[in-house]
Amino acid sequence: MSNNSLVSISDYSKEEILAILDSAAEFEANPNRKTLDGRVIATLFFEPSTRTRLSFETAVIRLGGSIIGFSDAATSSSSKGETLNDTIHMVSCYADAIVMRHPLDGAARYAAEVSPVPIINAGDGSNQHPSQTLLDLYSILKTQGTLENLTICLVGDLKYGRTVHSLIMAMSHFHPTFKFIAPDELKMPDEYKVFCQKNNIPFTEVNELTENFNDADILYMTRVQKERFLDLMEYERVKNVYTLKNFMLVNSKPNLRILHPLPRVNEIDPDVDSNEKAYYFRQAQNGLYVRQAIVSKVLDQK
Amino acid sequence: MEKELKVAALRNGTVIDHIPADKLYKVVSILHLNECAQQITIGNNLDSAKIGKKGIIKISDRVFAQVETNKIALIAPNAKINIIRDFVVVEKRALCLPKDIHEIVQCANPNCITNNQPVKTHFHVVTLGGEVILKCHYCEREVKREDAKIK
Ligand SMILES: [Zn+2]
Repeated sequence: MSNNSLVSISDYSKEEILAILDSAAEFEANPNRKTLDGRVIATLFFEPSTRTRLSFETAVIRLGGSIIGFSDAATSSSSKGETLNDTIHMVSCYADAIVMRHPLDGAARYAAEVSPVPIINAGDGSNQHPSQTLLDLYSILKTQGTLENLTICLVGDLKYGRTVHSLIMAMSHFHPTFKFIAPDELKMPDEYKVFCQKNNIPFTEVNELTENFNDADILYMTRVQKERFLDLMEYERVKNVYTLKNFMLVNSKPNLRILHPLPRVNEIDPDVDSNEKAYYFRQAQNGLYVRQAIVSKVLDQK
Repeated sequence: MEKELKVAALRNGTVIDHIPADKLYKVVSILHLNECAQQITIGNNLDSAKIGKKGIIKISDRVFAQVETNKIALIAPNAKINIIRDFVVVEKRALCLPKDIHEIVQCANPNCITNNQPVKTHFHVVTLGGEVILKCHYCEREVKREDAKIK
């Protein structure tokens, strides 16, 4: 097993997180550094995720490395019944590191155990997606100038949304205050509230979006998915209540920035896009620099 | 006298007593006693003042490693384990849950890699506010000790 793998955000200490963010800032200043000349990175996408794959592949190419791999399971040997173990061993004969997305929870941890080369988890089922969390942190740091003592509102699907769970874990190093805004069906699970209590992180819970974020520094929106609801009437109601509209931002703090892991559906009205507080498109661009930093760290390249 | 008729005395080996009756065959299974060549006496649904109906297992000429007996702590934490030599109890072994549990527990998450590929299960044992929780090493889902599904 390779110890350099990145499976879960909790694999990184506070110092390692900060080092990644520093490194990402250097890549933002100078994205084309050919430190991976001659290195081969595999991107194995057992389920399609064009956004994440293009971001990782661009990161590698801008560092001068080359890409091999596949973009969905139908074109890979796993569709012929090959085990993940066998695919990883085969690919590690060719590649110096593997970026992997897989539909099964825990696939990345397992791959990291059996792989002779480092694994970068680009999403394993509904479990972990650490590069998303690191780019969220980078966006927060960039817009606020600090990660310390911020008030962060998490909105939408707090029950199944893995990005918000990972964000709580990662922010726990930096003395945050959280506000959880979610309908009853999609409330923050107890284990994360217990985690906050154990780490002395203050939080409040409310179930309406309107006017509940006027003290916030970050408004982190997530997608409310129809398939999470047993009662479709309830979904229709929630969908409308949880749409952020431009007029709702009138009394928000000047430094407030709105983040969203994208793609959005209707939780942010397009009339917010032109507001200077809307940051979600630039957030996605930050992903490139953060992934350059991650690939470099995993391959011990500065 | 009646007791001795039900479960014969053991010269050398291991006695596992005070197993809740409904957990007896789980204990048999996790210790792989079906593959054990030594003489085994199994009693179940015996009257117990402490726990109502209990089970007892006596295995001749065999002493289990601590890591093996600790698996019992998962399903029958109050079972008593005595090591016998020449009819005398030479060791009363305390049960303690291991930090890591391999193979015997099945992950409750149907989308977990361990339920879909030939991957052995692995759980971390954590105590959360006095409650014992098993956390899947792979999918990171948590389950309470009493809800854990034993393979
Ligand atoms: Zn699992």
